Amino acid sequence: MSNVYMPFKSRILKIIPHTDIDYTFLMEYTGDVKPGQFFEVSIPKYGEAPISISEIGEGYVGLTIRRVGVVTNTIHELQEGGVLFLRGPYGNGFDINLYKSKEIIVATGGTGLAPVKGVVDYFAENADEATSFSLIAGFKSPKDILFKADFEKWQQTINVILTVDHSDDELYKGNTGLITSYVPDLNIKNSSDVNVIIVGPPVMIRFTVAEFLKRGILEENIWVSYERKMCCGIGKCGHCKIDDTYICLEGPVFNYVKAKTLMD
Amino acid sequence: MAYKLTVTKFNQYLKDLATEYMVLAPVLLQGKGAFTDTDTVGYQEIKLFAEIEFTKKSAFSMKEILTPITQTLFYFSEDNWTQPKVHDKKILLFLRSCDIHGIKRLDDIYLKNGCEDPYYKVFREKIKICLIECSESFENCFCVSMNTNIIDEYDLLVRPEGDFIYVDIKNSELSTLDEEVVEVSPRFIMENQTKVFIPQDLAQKAALTGIWEEYSSRCIGCGRCSFVCPTCSCFSMQDIFYKENKNMGERRRVWASCMVDGFSDMAGGHSFRKKQGDRMRFRVMHKFYDYKKRFGYHMCVGCGRCDDACPEYISIGNCVNKLHSAVEEKKS
Repeated sequence: MSNVYMPFKSRILKIIPHTDIDYTFLMEYTGDVKPGQFFEVSIPKYGEAPISISEIGEGYVGLTIRRVGVVTNTIHELQEGGVLFLRGPYGNGFDINLYKSKEIIVATGGTGLAPVKGVVDYFAENADEATSFSLIAGFKSPKDILFKADFEKWQQTINVILTVDHSDDELYKGNTGLITSYVPDLNIKNSSDVNVIIVGPPVMIRFTVAEFLKRGILEENIWVSYERKMCCGIGKCGHCKIDDTYICLEGPVFNYVKAKTLMD
Repeated sequence: MAYKLTVTKFNQYLKDLATEYMVLAPVLLQGKGAFTDTDTVGYQEIKLFAEIEFTKKSAFSMKEILTPITQTLFYFSEDNWTQPKVHDKKILLFLRSCDIHGIKRLDDIYLKNGCEDPYYKVFREKIKICLIECSESFENCFCVSMNTNIIDEYDLLVRPEGDFIYVDIKNSELSTLDEEVVEVSPRFIMENQTKVFIPQDLAQKAALTGIWEEYSSRCIGCGRCSFVCPTCSCFSMQDIFYKENKNMGERRRVWASCMVDGFSDMAGGHSFRKKQGDRMRFRVMHKFYDYKKRFGYHMCVGCGRCDDACPEYISIGNCVNKLHSAVEEKKS
């Protein structure tokens, strides 16, 4: 029988450490994949974990993984050339064509940047395909900042606001303050024609959406990506269900018109 | 075609069936009840008519046959992933109407919600259904309120009556008998003592009524309601390695319940529905509202097992009736 639970082997091509606990693993992969989708990543005998795709390239995908449990701790012990087991990609992901030729704003909190990073990468490389592109990315503190090399690259073609909630690091010269505090001053030309993508922890999403609505952004032009527990990724295990919606099947990316009706 | 059989003839029929089928039916499990010297009713393989418990509701549903409590998906040995072997016998399951409706719900989740689940499908295709009738409505049952009291999707009907057993073979794949032919039409329960009124236009906001709060103090989150439910189908994935040889192990799935701690916990510490009241809302809304939006009928089949099993005497039927009153009040 063909078995949807049977993963395939994928070699670790490169490991990029960001912080003490966050590494990006570039994994061998060819096939259709969209930013915002996720793989079930596993190590036999240790378990499976849903991990979103943080980078898409020729012959590989990037998975940014924080060590916070049995599976991810074990993954972090692997070396380049090692092997992980993947199944997927699952979920709807971001449809890049939806956002083209508009003003685009992406607001992320912490690791929330990972699932939407493919969108940022795309428009940083093809800046002419959007009227304008702004990224507001927040992290807890300077030591939590991910994708530092990418930020330097992005700054050359798109508007980037990188901020931390608080900093005790005297050497840190960047912005401090919550993401929400940067929304009121954003340069927006036509508020009814701006596409906004917000990804982060639930509280961050709630308050950031509120700030954008204050700026006159239309609900139907806001997208969010939800993170939930997912054991199967294929609509069976029930952990990610909200109301009659399965985050793994219909999400994790939702238009806010739908997302605002979802009650955990 | 329907037949009238003596017990001896029926036992012979079971014996003939056993060459091709594993026959599973509710049986009385003596001394296996929750308390000392109490019995319970559960599913087991049977060989004889006398083993079948026709007069009591089974405490556990049939779902453990289709979706075992712990099910091995793969055995790991070095680089090999092996799938467990499945026995080659077909299965004949003795079920009441509500439980046959329950299987339809499991089919929805495992076969129609996204891709097909290969492990479920293998077992599902083996199953033939034998209807057993309810002579009277059991305690806490509300199948009539859920429209699950009547069913016509079954392969066989078995009715013990007096000294005889009436057998109606509907599915031609099951062999016919050389016995006295009679007319048999299924009898169904048309009224329950427990009646549940399901709010018709249960908009999401109705879920925000204050009725859930009491369950935060009453419910202890043991999950029994989910584990006895014929339609609760959630599971968690679990990998293990063998103590004797750490290079070998298994990937399994095990039953999970949205009423139990940890159900929505994510790595890193986020979780949802921390209060039992919120979990009760989530469960009741799924059984009586959300599921219907997705599949066209309610998930709950009204078997009442969750009420039977709750150590805190929480009744899902009562809860829905309270919700009904709360919604009606809001309207007026």
